[in-house]
Amino acid sequence: MSAAVTEGDTTAGAPSGGVVVRDILKQFPGVVANHDVNITIRPGTVHALIGENGAGKSTLMKILYGVQKPDAGTISVDGTEVTFSSPTDAIKAGIGMVFQHFMLADNLTVLENVVLGAERLHGIGDAARAEVARISDAYGFGLDPDMLVERLGVGQRQRVEILKVLYRGAKIIILDEPTAVLVPQEVDALFDNLRELRASGHTILFISHKLDEVLDIADDITVMRRGQTVGEADPKTATKKQLAELMVGSELPSPETEESTVTDHVLLALEHVGVVDDTGRPVLKDITFSIRKGEVLGIAGVEGNGQEELVETIMGMYRGTGRITLDGKDVHHWDTRDRREAGIGFIPADRHKHGLLLDAPLWENRVLGHQTRPPGSNGLFITASDAKADTERIVREYDVRTPSINTNARALSGGNQQKLIVGREMSGDPVLLIASHPTRGVDVGAQAAIWDHIKRARREGLAVLLISADLDELIGLSDTIEVILRGALVGRFDPQSVTPQELGSAMTGGGDA
Amino acid sequence: MSSSKILRTLAQAILAPLIALIVSVIVTSIVVSIAGASIGDFWDVIFTVPTHRNWVNITNQSSMLFLAALAAAIGFRMNLFNIGVEGQYTLAAFAAAAFAGAGWLPGKLNIVGALLVAMAVGAIWAGIAGVLKVTRGVSEVISTIMLNAIAGTMIGYLLNNYGNQYGQGRRTTPIPGSSQLSGWTPWSAGDGPIWTLTILAVLAGVTMSIVINRTRFGFDLRATGMNEDAAVASGVKVKRMVVISMLISGAIAGLVWMPALFGAADYYGPPFQRALGFTGIAVALLGRNRPLGIFFGAVLFAWLSEQANPLSLVADISPSVVQVTQGVVVLAVVIAYEVVRRWMAAYEQRELKQALGTEVRA
Ligand SMILES: Nc1ncnc2c1ncn2[C@@H]1O[C@H](COP(=O)(O)OP(=O)(O)OP(=O)(O)O)[C@@H](O)[C@H]1O
Ligand SMILES: [Mg+2]
Repeated sequence: MSAAVTEGDTTAGAPSGGVVVRDILKQFPGVVANHDVNITIRPGTVHALIGENGAGKSTLMKILYGVQKPDAGTISVDGTEVTFSSPTDAIKAGIGMVFQHFMLADNLTVLENVVLGAERLHGIGDAARAEVARISDAYGFGLDPDMLVERLGVGQRQRVEILKVLYRGAKIIILDEPTAVLVPQEVDALFDNLRELRASGHTILFISHKLDEVLDIADDITVMRRGQTVGEADPKTATKKQLAELMVGSELPSPETEESTVTDHVLLALEHVGVVDDTGRPVLKDITFSIRKGEVLGIAGVEGNGQEELVETIMGMYRGTGRITLDGKDVHHWDTRDRREAGIGFIPADRHKHGLLLDAPLWENRVLGHQTRPPGSNGLFITASDAKADTERIVREYDVRTPSINTNARALSGGNQQKLIVGREMSGDPVLLIASHPTRGVDVGAQAAIWDHIKRARREGLAVLLISADLDELIGLSDTIEVILRGALVGRFDPQSVTPQELGSAMTGGGDA
Repeated sequence: MSSSKILRTLAQAILAPLIALIVSVIVTSIVVSIAGASIGDFWDVIFTVPTHRNWVNITNQSSMLFLAALAAAIGFRMNLFNIGVEGQYTLAAFAAAAFAGAGWLPGKLNIVGALLVAMAVGAIWAGIAGVLKVTRGVSEVISTIMLNAIAGTMIGYLLNNYGNQYGQGRRTTPIPGSSQLSGWTPWSAGDGPIWTLTILAVLAGVTMSIVINRTRFGFDLRATGMNEDAAVASGVKVKRMVVISMLISGAIAGLVWMPALFGAADYYGPPFQRALGFTGIAVALLGRNRPLGIFFGAVLFAWLSEQANPLSLVADISPSVVQVTQGVVVLAVVIAYEVVRRWMAAYEQRELKQALGTEVRA
């Protein structure tokens, strides 16, 4: 082990502030999510928590925020031992948390969202507004208190979530995979905010699977593996390779296109596709592109610029104008099921909303989306034993960490849920894969495995529409990259020559300015 | 499944209803004593071993409650609140009685015809709510409640204009003798027959449990109930599912009173049994929307109603006090399942901790 990495030893002397976690144990039926977890978070630092999928990171954060109760172990804040029976207690102790899935009311303003549930602090009138404006200015959030949240982009929404936490007086801020949904510019902006917060004495604990980011911002790094904290690393001297080894004990992958497998056979073609939302606002404008067999078309863009509507239109969940053909056939009158039966696989951006039945066992989730064909059903009846056997295959091939295929999907960690969905959508020999953030929330090892699966299928003629916030992934997998901005395609790039900087500037409209 | 898991499932299946029952007994006892009656007398009456005659009545009554609850449960599985089972079965009962009374078809064929009419009428009445929901966004709770009221008025109007005067009230033409079913008399004729069409409850129960648990349609239905967005993304046409589920729910509701019609009543008129639809909703909750659970719930409710009859004679308390018991049972079951689920989780954790104590530190 290198000098930069001290394995096991996490028993630094008690600090004058910050958080000290000792010997935390937390079990779920059939799983030990946390055991022998020890972390010392120094006050006024940014502390990163890394580890492979299912390592127990989210569980630990939920314990620190009082959402879940540990079975054993102690937590102390500022030197005093605390026990939380609910997030209210955690907030009282100065701990706030931003979940990966934002919890904002779209039809309320920034101010209303922040004040909601904390009316006692500064009322709901001018005092509250002044406080929101003060916090927003102090840390460079640039939020307008009267803006409706539905008008905000992802990065801004995240700042609203952080503002909410600060408004409630948090000194220690927990962020679960805050950068997973952000494009690089937004990550930079977030990190600037975090640095401001650190400078003003706040303590920040965050989870990320992106090791570059971790090395960029963290003061301390703790690594978890299989429910346990296994070591700490110093970001000043550690390398990505060392971190990855500590996490998964495997090589760091990088997506690299091999020889092009693009054919002449056009599989999906969109011609002048447009969509308006309920309020009549155009969300997709005159989209035209085609994907050939064996081709990966990447779509780069800041989230909320029409990507959701684009994939849902192709899936038949939205109706738009213009023409969509699949393998030469006009699909206008096909509903979602027809399109799936024609061989479209769909990895949705929001796995909980569109991808899973959280309270159904894994094997039933395998059937979801494949209800009309083997191994899910014989057309009339669900064929449980075939579906189970195939679920076992997915669990094996995609390394889904689960006690069994009869476990409910809810019990899986975020990354393992994602692996199950990817495995399912790659099943049954799809001809077209619509992949929104296919590796969101999965660890570096699993990410490489998923990339390999996609590449292999592409060699066999799969056409892929890839949407990702991870520019390395886009550049590494795509044969062509289109940039989407405010519902329109605004630029086409060759991944061989484009740099993340160029893409980034096109994505934010910087190219036109 | 591991043996410990089987044990847990079993414990949950038995423990929760048991706790619910005990709680209900206690609460009812308190109510009975507040009402000024003797608790001992009350339970003596309720738990007297049923006579043969009682058994026959309980069987007949359970079959109708079961059908009503099954109708409600199908909607519940998809988050559809079909409060209209009441109106659906009443209207269907009237239509089927009128059809059978007309005697257009000979003998037993007339029965089959009437059953189809009942299912169709129930389905249409429920289907209206389904169509209103998917085309106009009208909540099915509101529309089915209104349809209940309309059904009542409509039957009154039709009976007044086309029905026959019979004693104080009006009724449909009695069905021809060749279309009546004599039922099955396991004991002496004086105990009365178990109605032939109680078999409908068995058939409907078995069919629905296969449809819901084993078919693609049932999968789509459950998926929609669990996560509508994911169901849509998986290709389920939710609007169509809403209408189909309401049609099925209504068709089953249409069958509710059929055992009685052909087994005892012979016409639709004053002795018609109301409120089976509402009671059915409670039984569905009690049975947690599963056919087997509903079966036990229906028998329990039928038992309580049947045994309560002599209460005013023996214990000097109104038989309607058992309605309190029925209500309490439903509440108690809902709560007991949650409590037991938590116990089980805690127990599992203790078990794990012990296993871990040896493993992790090793
Ligand atoms: N509510 C739950 N019920 C049962 N098991 C659970 C539950 N929540 C988490 N687990 C299990 O606990 C373990 C740790 O999960 P956790 O969500 O903390 O992982 P993670 O490190 O956040 O992973 P990821 O990077 O994939 O998000 C996993 O094995 C998971 O299946
Ligand atoms: Mg997690």
